[in-house]
Amino acid sequence: MSAASPPSDGLDHVDERLLRTSPLKKLLARPELGSVVGAVAVFLFFSIVADGFLRASSLGTVLYAASTIGIMAVPVALLMIGGEFDLSAGVLVTTSALVSSMFSYQMTANVWVGVGVSLLVTLAIGAFNGFMLTRSKLPSFIITLGTFLMLTGLNLGFTKLIGGTVSTKSIADMEGFPSARELFASTWTVGGVELKVTILWWFALVAVATWILLRTRFGNWIFAVGGGADAARAVGVPVRRTKIGLYLGVAFCAWISGQHLLFSFDVVQSGEGVGNELIYIIAAVIGGCLITGGYGSAIGSAVGAFLFGMTGKGIVYAEWNPDWFTFFLGAMLLLATLLNAWIRKRVEAVK
Amino acid sequence: MTTEARTATEARPPLVELDGVSKYYGNIRALEGVSLRVDAGAITCVLGDNGAGKSTLIKIVAGLHRHDAGTFRVEGEELTLGSPREALDRGIATVYQDLAVVPLMPVWRNFFLGSEPTRGKGPFKRLDVALMRETTRTALLRMGIDLRDVDQPIGTLSGGERQCVAIARAVHFGAKVLVLDEPTAALGVKQSGVVLKYVAAARDEGLGVVLITHNPHHAYLVGDRFVLLKRGVTAGSHTKNSVTLDELTRQMAGGSELEDLRHELERPAGPPSAS
Repeated sequence: MSAASPPSDGLDHVDERLLRTSPLKKLLARPELGSVVGAVAVFLFFSIVADGFLRASSLGTVLYAASTIGIMAVPVALLMIGGEFDLSAGVLVTTSALVSSMFSYQMTANVWVGVGVSLLVTLAIGAFNGFMLTRSKLPSFIITLGTFLMLTGLNLGFTKLIGGTVSTKSIADMEGFPSARELFASTWTVGGVELKVTILWWFALVAVATWILLRTRFGNWIFAVGGGADAARAVGVPVRRTKIGLYLGVAFCAWISGQHLLFSFDVVQSGEGVGNELIYIIAAVIGGCLITGGYGSAIGSAVGAFLFGMTGKGIVYAEWNPDWFTFFLGAMLLLATLLNAWIRKRVEAVK
Repeated sequence: MTTEARTATEARPPLVELDGVSKYYGNIRALEGVSLRVDAGAITCVLGDNGAGKSTLIKIVAGLHRHDAGTFRVEGEELTLGSPREALDRGIATVYQDLAVVPLMPVWRNFFLGSEPTRGKGPFKRLDVALMRETTRTALLRMGIDLRDVDQPIGTLSGGERQCVAIARAVHFGAKVLVLDEPTAALGVKQSGVVLKYVAAARDEGLGVVLITHNPHHAYLVGDRFVLLKRGVTAGSHTKNSVTLDELTRQMAGGSELEDLRHELERPAGPPSAS
């Protein structure tokens, strides 16, 4: 370290050294820079090749697509900064929706009761992930892979057992449905552009997560447990509680996401959600989260999700075959992470 | 921050006292009947080769392991520490060789990690960032460390600087006992000198220091008491005026081993290709 950066080593004069950090370098050091550059490039690209892309109505569509990913990418990014994965995040969304729907339907209760029960069940699954991880000290990859498979089975199994089919019954005519729909799946029209309420949820979550990360003790602990769990423990950071808290955060957002799923489509397909966990992780990584933990931002995950939304919808507007989507995704992931790594190396080299 | 001067009273019991402490890992005897005393404003050096039991000893003092036999007293009170947090609450701060800091986090976040000051109430309870930055800067300056930028990731500092930040942190948080695990092991001559200077500065602040090292030269420069460990048992226990550097070095290396070492060192420099 000292050998790589001889000018900063030792103790020379203050004013001389302060000149070295230019605002540009500070900007370059932001974790989300790579994704912002990528987002601008993708935006320009589709603005040129796709006719309808720049229309205001398209913006609403793109933002909606981004928000459904972004709501989950935020807690997944925080979890990744904390050094862990959650492979069960995708199916947990479906589980949350299924529990809510089936409880209300079977008990013929107000849908809000189902929404509440669903919150408890989802948080319990999150807590289970967290406890298993911190007690067993196994990699989170294995633990949550287990939960992922179990939940996939439970989703299908219970839905068929209770309803006889792979999807839930409609709850649209049940008590409380309109108000719940208002909260989780309403649409606002702002200046002729239709905006889904999930966009608000997404922005709020990004703001809250950024606040937590940068301005609270818990945020400091998230960076610490991801960047050096042993060091964190040695200075008195409650590593276990922090990690369990992060899994609860994923569960909470899975609940929001699940309720949106339920109240916008009214019925839930029990096989949904498989594969989405990777999309959340990719959004977080594109957004500059270090896969080994300790580095990243919530805003980055939002830019990552926005990139997803733009690419997904941009391909449609360009009237290409949507099969190309995953190719673009993979290419973007590679480019963004390469760019991130390159920038970080350069920033650290000049320091 | 408060900068009240510590008053060192002579009649007080030692800050930390180990008496015949043993530690076993299953059937392995890691430590047997080791005694150690740490006074305020003094440096106790624990010397020993790899595998001598130094790490086990500091893990007991730091609260990471419980001892199996003997007595462990902190300011005269006999106890068994259950966790590093408990040790910290008792005023025992440990600076580990590589565990001291989280490399990717800025210096000021590292400085306050685990003891972050907050302001505001309820959901608006937040880190007092301005205070944290300013305190970090002044606390480091007080120890004679002049950092260019407290916002830089601590991983970009040199090994010696990182040690110094960790020491300054322990001093700032009112540690009474500072345990340093091989602070000079990975450092060059100049950097080692800088770190030892800060160790002495911590001592001058009135802290009791436990300095773990395998370098008798570094130990003799700053130490007041010396405990030599060998294969888990005490091989010698001295105060500064009862031992010379030569004697210390000889005891540490062991008679015949030292002779071998001397022969090796007296040989002319090898071919330039040798590393």
